[in-house]
Amino acid sequence: MNTDADHLHEDHKTGIMRWITTTNHKDIGTLYLFLSLTMFFVGGAMALIIRAELFQPGLQLVNPDFFNQMTTMHALIMIFGALMPALVGLANWQVPLMIGAPDMALPRLNNWSFWILPFALSMLASTLFFEGGAPAAGWTLYPPLVLQGGDALPYAIFSVHLLGLSSILGAINIIATILNMRAPGMTLMKMPMFVWTWLITAFLLIAVMPVLAGAVTMLLTDRFFGTSFFTASGGGDPVMFQHIFWFFGHPEVYILILPAFGVISTIIPAFSRKKLFGYDSMVYATASIALLSFIVWAHHMFTVGMPLAGEIFFMMTTMLIAVPTGVKVFNWIATMWQGSMTFETPMLFSLAFIVLFTIGGFSGLMMAITPVDFQYHDTYFIVAHFHYVLVPGAIFAVIAAVYFWLPKWTGKMYDETLGKIHFWLTTIFVNITFFPQHFVGLAGMPRRIPDYAVQFTDFNAISTIGSFGFGIAQILFLYILYKTLQQDVTADNKVWEGAEGLEWTLPSPPPYHSFEEPPKVE
Amino acid sequence: MRNFIVFLLSTIPALALGDWEVNLPRGVTPTSILAYDLHMLIFYITVIIGIGVFGVMFYSIIHHRKSKGAVPANFHENTKVEIIWTVIPFLILVGMAIPATQALILMEDTSEAEVTLKVTGYQWMWKYEYLEDNVSFLSRIDSESNKARKLNSGVDVRNVKNYLLEVDNPIVLPINAKIRLLLTASDVIHAWWVPELGGKKDAVPGFVNEMWFNINKPGIYRGQCAELCGKDHAFMPIVVKAVSKAEYEKWVMNQQNNNKIANKK
Repeated sequence: MNTDADHLHEDHKTGIMRWITTTNHKDIGTLYLFLSLTMFFVGGAMALIIRAELFQPGLQLVNPDFFNQMTTMHALIMIFGALMPALVGLANWQVPLMIGAPDMALPRLNNWSFWILPFALSMLASTLFFEGGAPAAGWTLYPPLVLQGGDALPYAIFSVHLLGLSSILGAINIIATILNMRAPGMTLMKMPMFVWTWLITAFLLIAVMPVLAGAVTMLLTDRFFGTSFFTASGGGDPVMFQHIFWFFGHPEVYILILPAFGVISTIIPAFSRKKLFGYDSMVYATASIALLSFIVWAHHMFTVGMPLAGEIFFMMTTMLIAVPTGVKVFNWIATMWQGSMTFETPMLFSLAFIVLFTIGGFSGLMMAITPVDFQYHDTYFIVAHFHYVLVPGAIFAVIAAVYFWLPKWTGKMYDETLGKIHFWLTTIFVNITFFPQHFVGLAGMPRRIPDYAVQFTDFNAISTIGSFGFGIAQILFLYILYKTLQQDVTADNKVWEGAEGLEWTLPSPPPYHSFEEPPKVE
Repeated sequence: MRNFIVFLLSTIPALALGDWEVNLPRGVTPTSILAYDLHMLIFYITVIIGIGVFGVMFYSIIHHRKSKGAVPANFHENTKVEIIWTVIPFLILVGMAIPATQALILMEDTSEAEVTLKVTGYQWMWKYEYLEDNVSFLSRIDSESNKARKLNSGVDVRNVKNYLLEVDNPIVLPINAKIRLLLTASDVIHAWWVPELGGKKDAVPGFVNEMWFNINKPGIYRGQCAELCGKDHAFMPIVVKAVSKAEYEKWVMNQQNNNKIANKK
């Protein structure tokens, strides 16, 4: 490995200043991933407070207001602090490596888009210590309830602005990189699927983040500057907020899942030793999911009182999403079909992703049926659904990506046995946590309640046990990462027998300026 | 460790007491039954699709593994197959959308109601007004549940009858009559939901929403607020007592007399 020698020729700082001033895509990718991991544990601790209170009926640990702060903060931190930075971190590391570029197109902007995040997230988290506590109206911030909040509200709104700003800058950078810096010969339809999914995701981010910023700014002026966008007594409409919010919110959930699709589309072919089936249709399916995401938002609000025609429209467009999503699942399975599979940790997480994400997709299809959604809406059935698509969905894909590319990034191989133990513990406990939530939801337990009627006790107790098991399993993940980094560099360039793509032509770890000479792609 | 075992043992009676209900209630109104039947239909369709898709996947996982000497095939695209697995799911969805749309049209038809009940959500109670009969009252969580639900109340909530699902003044409604609800709220958004009556609707301040149901069986049906409305969101239950028409009329008379007495005072 000659990377250390390369570093000596570089004029870059060491110690803490290296990380603060870095404009290198790998360093920034690492920062994103490290921040994400930290926030994953912070948000996870909040989830465990929620689950501990719900272990038994009656209030034992926290008062209802603090419980509401936990549900609100858990969601905001997990979405904006854990998942989105993880995906941007993966993009930072992988996009230049995969398209044969030396770095991101806008390296200084890259530094800034990362360093906004720790400040924004600390400001958001600091509201927990305010008088009156953190925002407690749910992450969806519905007025009028959210306007009853105390001093936390302007801070939360400002941090949402900053988080959105960071996302937009990151997205601009990713688009500029992908469109301008591909190696000669790499046409759009030859790009790796991960790059494709991130290109589409970046456009979604630019389209909807300003919408969220607008919505929360209107909350701000309603609260402090005497407007009444969302107050009926002043001529406003509380439901309008929900329309604006979900016009952001639905594409947002695809922002969280499309790059995950890209990861799975990379890992499945590698361990099946067979090319991704239906590459073109995968690209078109991703693009159609993204386009459809703009015309389905009101399915989050079927019970607000909509005209019949509106309900029918949003029901049908929502059902339509099942088609491109189905195409993706079928293509993954066709990729495995008659392959030559091995089951290393990244592959195990990817296979679990396909099964468990599809289960979340099935419950999503059930909810699209408006007349039945009147029953499902705002119950634990919904909670089970979106945790199935986000935890064994998006988070499993991030974990799979880390196991898959960590040997490339560091040149160090993780412990395969421990990785498999981590996989099995995580997969078993994630199901123990979330599967029973389908049952209590159908049986009538509303979401966002700190205390419940006694008939829901058993499944809630099981779910709580599962959640603590899941939490402990992630400490093992930390240990695996720590143990990997303690070793010497051992991994070869290719790492995985079936891996394909430009990143595997570089040494492990790759040199500081990934590709100084653009590689040729036939 | 010993404490832990004692703790585990202490949960056994709780397990025995509990209720392992795993599904939507079928309910007692045409709309709830319609929703239930659709729910089961879509559920079975997804189960069948799931068995098919996961079946192929696990077949492949078992048989096409390197340790069994599988050699990777070369194919990686097939337009015909792609068209098939785009069109077939689409047709299945059309098959689902037809009954769903029919059900929706029925559910949104609030015309020709016999009883109109106006529901107003407050933090954290409900107000009910019987518009034709001039009867109105507030409905709050009952005092026993309210005491037990406090943080560290020292009350074992398992001994509280209908914990969190009991109110001081239940709604009384006649069976076999189309009942129209007009929903609104005075402060924040609430949602009125009794699972066995089918569906829920938001109560939005400044706006009036409508829903209807027709109860086909006398009984007591319980539900609660289903839209986060602040700290006591979990503590604003709904109780509906469905009785025969004769009994309902008697109840209305009683209420009207009580109101008169109350007004004279």
